[in-house]
Amino acid sequence: MENKVNIYLFGKKYEVPEELTIMKAMEYCGYKLVRGCGCRNGFCGACATLYRIKGKMELKTCLACQQKVEEGMYVATLPFFPLVKQVYDIEKVKPEQAVMMQLYPEIYSCIGCNACTKACPQQIKVMQYIAYAQRGDFEACAEESFDCVMCGICSSRCPAGISHPQVALLARRINGKYLAPKSEHLENRVKEINEGTFVELIEALMNKPIEDLKELYNHREIEK
Amino acid sequence: MYNYTQEQLDSMKKVEASRAQRVGAELRRMTAEEKQVLLQNFHPDYIESAYETLQVGVNKGDKVLHELADLLQGKSRVLDMNINLEKVAYDVDVLVIGGGGAGCSAAIEANNKGANVLVVTKLRVGDANTMMAEGGIQAADKPNDSPAIHYIDALGGGHYTNKPELLSKLVCEAPEAIKWLNDLGVMFDKAEDGTMVTTHGGGTSRKRMHACKDYSGAEIMRVLRDEVTNRNIPVIDFAPAIELIKDDEGKVAGAVLMNLETEEILVVKAKTVVIATGGAGRLHYQGFPTSNHYGATADGLVIAYRAGAKLLYADTLQYHPTGAAFPTQIFGALVTEKVRSLGAQLVNKEGVAFMNPLETRDVSASSIIRECKERGNGIKTTDGEGVWLDTPMIEIIGGEGTIEKRIPAMMRMFGKYGIDIRKEPILIYPTLHYQNGGIEISANGMTNIENLYVAGEAVGGIHGRNRLMGNSLLDIIVFGRNAGKEAGEKCKSVKVGKLSLNHVNDFAKELKDAGLNPTEPSPRILPDYRRKDM
Repeated sequence: MENKVNIYLFGKKYEVPEELTIMKAMEYCGYKLVRGCGCRNGFCGACATLYRIKGKMELKTCLACQQKVEEGMYVATLPFFPLVKQVYDIEKVKPEQAVMMQLYPEIYSCIGCNACTKACPQQIKVMQYIAYAQRGDFEACAEESFDCVMCGICSSRCPAGISHPQVALLARRINGKYLAPKSEHLENRVKEINEGTFVELIEALMNKPIEDLKELYNHREIEK
Repeated sequence: MYNYTQEQLDSMKKVEASRAQRVGAELRRMTAEEKQVLLQNFHPDYIESAYETLQVGVNKGDKVLHELADLLQGKSRVLDMNINLEKVAYDVDVLVIGGGGAGCSAAIEANNKGANVLVVTKLRVGDANTMMAEGGIQAADKPNDSPAIHYIDALGGGHYTNKPELLSKLVCEAPEAIKWLNDLGVMFDKAEDGTMVTTHGGGTSRKRMHACKDYSGAEIMRVLRDEVTNRNIPVIDFAPAIELIKDDEGKVAGAVLMNLETEEILVVKAKTVVIATGGAGRLHYQGFPTSNHYGATADGLVIAYRAGAKLLYADTLQYHPTGAAFPTQIFGALVTEKVRSLGAQLVNKEGVAFMNPLETRDVSASSIIRECKERGNGIKTTDGEGVWLDTPMIEIIGGEGTIEKRIPAMMRMFGKYGIDIRKEPILIYPTLHYQNGGIEISANGMTNIENLYVAGEAVGGIHGRNRLMGNSLLDIIVFGRNAGKEAGEKCKSVKVGKLSLNHVNDFAKELKDAGLNPTEPSPRILPDYRRKDM
């Protein structure tokens, strides 16, 4: 190492090595994280973070575990955001547009400002998937939102008070359960197992001596 | 493009030069003997100096890694506290410790049994290794496959040490697990006619890896978490269990929680307890980086061991062959095995593919370590060294767009640092990934301690001494649900006696008698990454 840069954690200035992520920079400065730190790999959305570079107007957003520090970075973490999650019974909801109207009517108050999309650290077209949800196009909403880590940054920027990640999750579950084609081979196999088709075969294996099992393993046919 | 060193750039040119020849070339698989020699010489599990013998507890005499021994034989956090067990904060039927995939599955099934369930978790519900599992979930549901073939694959991969009663349950209930998830709304990759899109994983003989792009675990976790909320199952987050509570008959009867933010101590009384606390990557065994989430510190193993639960194969860890070796910001992060399933080869400094990329994980990791340490064919990186994983091959084999469609998370992870994995290969090195062993259970999910159940990565025995890709997401669902059903049923006949922490004092006395005087608080709860020289 190491070239150093100056960053400002909650307004307080620290000098840190330039190759660190924001999360590692906080630890370098002495923070022992409890909130705002989960998978440390960009999947869990625990480390939603806002920052602004000194002298620039634009407010930027990121996941602290994925973003390198920069000179003059003013950092504020957003370890929790009060998303609204409506409770429903997945067995009873119907894959119809009315579901969105009942559970998340605020999506129809979207003013089209696109602040959600601009804020998404996963580069998801958030406003677009909300538009799909408004139309009851669950499949398109599900596909567009699939990489969502539910960090909540989009909702923190929304003037209409929409909880986008929860809307998307509802759409994905409806899509996965009701709209995606059924897997016949899966249904068949579950039925076979329930009928006891494989019981004897498995029991025979469980009772085989290890040498026989090694023979089976070492000479098994491998699908191309 | 990222700021590579000249050595890296020169080597990358050799990889590009040999790529066309390598595409389509069949790479030989190692023989059983070759694998055995490789493992003994290069797998971290075989480094004797990394281990020590346990002096206290049920597994006295067994070897475990130093880092785990320190915690199993560590100082209980409750010893210096004056805890009033009469002051019960929560009195429930089933206490689930851990809010990952196994914990949520258990909670849902216990709820189905009509039990009053409480989930407690160290971080937030969903902050778990489940969330980070990228590659997929195995199930023998295709016509050319069967649970018996799945059984043989997992048994051979586990070096014939898997507990048969657990393994048969895993493979036989796998299709039902996929169906359960699908019915909850998990979006599996499917063809237009509904056929599941399945691929190989290391060590599989049939293509049975089901996936949700490369967000498989995240997709499953999001849905399970949502379902827990939909059922109004109470969840207390930032409240790790720091000790189990027993009753006067020696049966497990609850846990002591600590509010991580206020340090308030809370007593939970429960008729049955499910430990679903996951793995231990954040103990950084043998100095390895890890692909695990922040809370993976083996807490469940520690508190269960103190309560008298038996561990099985706690000495064996899985080092995932392909952790990111470069750039430094993502050092140790998981590069999903699916990258190899889709055709990317492991290539050394000279541009030579030195092994079949779909050997089992322990063999692949050892082979990469050998290529670097013994043969000097590694490429130097900021944090050590690595070999190439030739991702552009995927686009050649599967067609343009395959990477974006099938492994978008990988493309994004490297893309953030200016590395386009469609055009450039990436540098990888083994990373600490999974705890193969853990707490021993019977097929009903219960340990040798009455009313204590375990599910998920904290269990030992399902996978033997090495787990195959895709059998972990599977086991958290199969054994999570199983533990939930069993604990949810058992609680109906349990009468809890007087609560006690005597086992903790007894264990402390055993430590003292053995001449041990630990000072380090145990369980660890969270790693400490603050700068050391402050």
